[in-house]
Amino acid sequence: MSALREQLALLPAYLTGHLELSLLAIAIATGASIPLGVLATRVAWLEGPVLAIAGVVQTIPGLALLAAVVPLLAALGFQSIGFLPAIIGLTLYGVLPILRNTVAGIDSVDPALKEAARGVGMTDGQQLRRVELPLAMPVIVAGIRTATVWTVGMATLSTPVGATSLGNYIFAGLQTRNYTAVLVGSVAAAALALVLDGLVHGLESGLRRRRRGMVALALASLVVLYGYTAWSLARDARGARARPIVVGAKTFTEQYVVAEVLAGWIERTTGLPTRVAPSLGSTVAFDALRNGDIDVYVDYTGTLWTTILRRQEPPASREAAIDQIGRFLASQGGMVLVAPLGFENAYALAMRDRDAEARGLRTIGDLARVSAELSMGGDYEFFERPEWRSLERAYGLRFGSRRTMDPSLLYQAVALGNVDAISAYTTDGRIAALHLRVLDDDRHAIPPYDAVILASARLAREHPDAIAALARLQGAIDARAMREANREVDEDGRTPRQVASDIVARIAGATPEPARGD
Amino acid sequence: MIELDRLTRRFGGEVAVDDLSLVVGRGELLVLLGGSGSGKTTTLRMINRLIEPTSGTVRLDGVDTATLTPHELRRRIGYVFQRIGLFPHMTIAENVGVTPSLLGWERDRIRKRVDELLELVELDAGAVRDRLPDQLSGGQQQRVGVARALAAEPAILLLDEPFGALDPLTRDRLQESFLRIRRDLGLTAVFVTHDMTEALRLGDRIAVMHAGRLAQVGAPRELLRAPADDVVRQFLETPRRQAELVEGLLGDAGPAPRP
Repeated sequence: MSALREQLALLPAYLTGHLELSLLAIAIATGASIPLGVLATRVAWLEGPVLAIAGVVQTIPGLALLAAVVPLLAALGFQSIGFLPAIIGLTLYGVLPILRNTVAGIDSVDPALKEAARGVGMTDGQQLRRVELPLAMPVIVAGIRTATVWTVGMATLSTPVGATSLGNYIFAGLQTRNYTAVLVGSVAAAALALVLDGLVHGLESGLRRRRRGMVALALASLVVLYGYTAWSLARDARGARARPIVVGAKTFTEQYVVAEVLAGWIERTTGLPTRVAPSLGSTVAFDALRNGDIDVYVDYTGTLWTTILRRQEPPASREAAIDQIGRFLASQGGMVLVAPLGFENAYALAMRDRDAEARGLRTIGDLARVSAELSMGGDYEFFERPEWRSLERAYGLRFGSRRTMDPSLLYQAVALGNVDAISAYTTDGRIAALHLRVLDDDRHAIPPYDAVILASARLAREHPDAIAALARLQGAIDARAMREANREVDEDGRTPRQVASDIVARIAGATPEPARGD
Repeated sequence: MIELDRLTRRFGGEVAVDDLSLVVGRGELLVLLGGSGSGKTTTLRMINRLIEPTSGTVRLDGVDTATLTPHELRRRIGYVFQRIGLFPHMTIAENVGVTPSLLGWERDRIRKRVDELLELVELDAGAVRDRLPDQLSGGQQQRVGVARALAAEPAILLLDEPFGALDPLTRDRLQESFLRIRRDLGLTAVFVTHDMTEALRLGDRIAVMHAGRLAQVGAPRELLRAPADDVVRQFLETPRRQAELVEGLLGDAGPAPRP
């Protein structure tokens, strides 16, 4: 019950974010699509290309469309994560159903009525307003309703591009195996879709059947919702000037925990307000830091080494990697590698302890000998990553089959024997909990993965006190502590914030406050 | 007065109306009579510029219609459509009042005019004014169609086979109503039909069209007495042949048998 109450406490913020995205996207999509659709019915050569372009946009998977807007905005020099990319992606997605139905609705008006409209003396504009649009309205509204349901559903995918929505429940819930959160997010999104769909339907049906009460009720509800959204957007815009320090997190448990630790630590030691932007895609997080859309987050030296520095050969040592990455970031407009947190979370290959025992497997080299008989599961990016290619090269791995799945499902899949081996993280609490064995990388094919705190150039410029505070976290969390924290979230059902506040309290107890001059 | 002066209309290579000249006098009802593809409807539509002539001129009271704005011209000319064409999302009152509202009449004036017209076409204004068209029968709908055409007090009325889709009994009653309305209002009208009986009953003069050309024009009596060619003769003989056929059948059958 307390788990549910805890989730419901987040509802106002998430629902407001979701409403802002959905209502604004639907309004823009409607406002753009109906005139465009009308134009397409008036200018014969436009109809084909306009519908074709909208149709192509529609075939792009929702998440890919939203993610594609991020680098596009960054290249154009706009704010590339958060509200803007989400609203653009959602609007593009909402255009097709409305556009298509506008064209279809107007085209389907009986030619005898169009002739009658001219015959009684209407101008082109009067014919459109008094005859064609009213007769096409049920079809157009059906398009708006489709767009509404799609947009509300797809708005949950705004979370990975950094916009707050009900998707925050779903993404974080799936990663931390908090199914109460997933359920609350899904039910709320579905309910919102039904309510908005019902209101649009009520408005159209009331207008068509000339029911004043129905129209007034639906209209009043929509006005209240839009009014609230406008007020909330205005408040966000005002708030943007007094911006809190934004802490980013990628999409897995450990990231949620360390982000909360950084946020909690900054607030505790400097009193500056912070906000956590959770569930960012892996490279989205780094780009966001570079653009200053987030101020600080934790990344891993191995990831930075291969995907940001684009180095093929492994670093000479853990220290060398930290040193070279720090210098590279400084050269990129003054980003700062503040400090290593004290633990390493490397990619590793893991399998059930008893399977490994039965086959006598201790190292990845042992695994390579039998890999053709085995199946391998990886998270979304694993098989595309340089580490995987490096492993393949170093050990000659040739698995019988490969499967890609959500990281939250990987450990379950290997524990249940659905796959024989998985890509795992060395700090994951489930390795011990599910009796898995991490195979030894005796040829050092995988680079070191020290967790390091990265800060934006702006944070270094504007809040050196925050940088100084973060520097005191050097070595503050070791691998055992991190694994335990992850396990508490994944297995005990505690929230990242609760676990993080314990860690912050522990660190604060262990490190004395630096002396302040009067 | 309507003057059609050497009107021609081509669609691609096809000539729909070929060098047609006609005059319709003030207060006269001219019937354009012809078969399918004779060009009678095209001719009618060129009068209010629903179709633009390829060449030739239409003059209303001496004014060349090509010099007028099309939608303003159409607001001055009543038009009754073959397929009725009532707007299904508007009430009967809104349908009838549509042209006056385009002309910017006051709401009260429109309301009074609508009731007056519904009465004129023998509908119960109180019962039908707030209904939607699909709640009326076909005959009632066309009465509304006639009322709509007359709403803005036009001096000219164009009718495109207005009663063609109605059952014979309804058609008979509407023709009778129309004769009375026309007489009461003294309208100048052009009435397109392919039905010779209707033409004889309603027309002051009849213009017979064939293949886009004017075959003959004259009062019903003149046409009956001296048909210009075989086409006109065939048209004129149809009702007579039908009447003889009916008479023959009735004569053979004798009075209906009684038990």
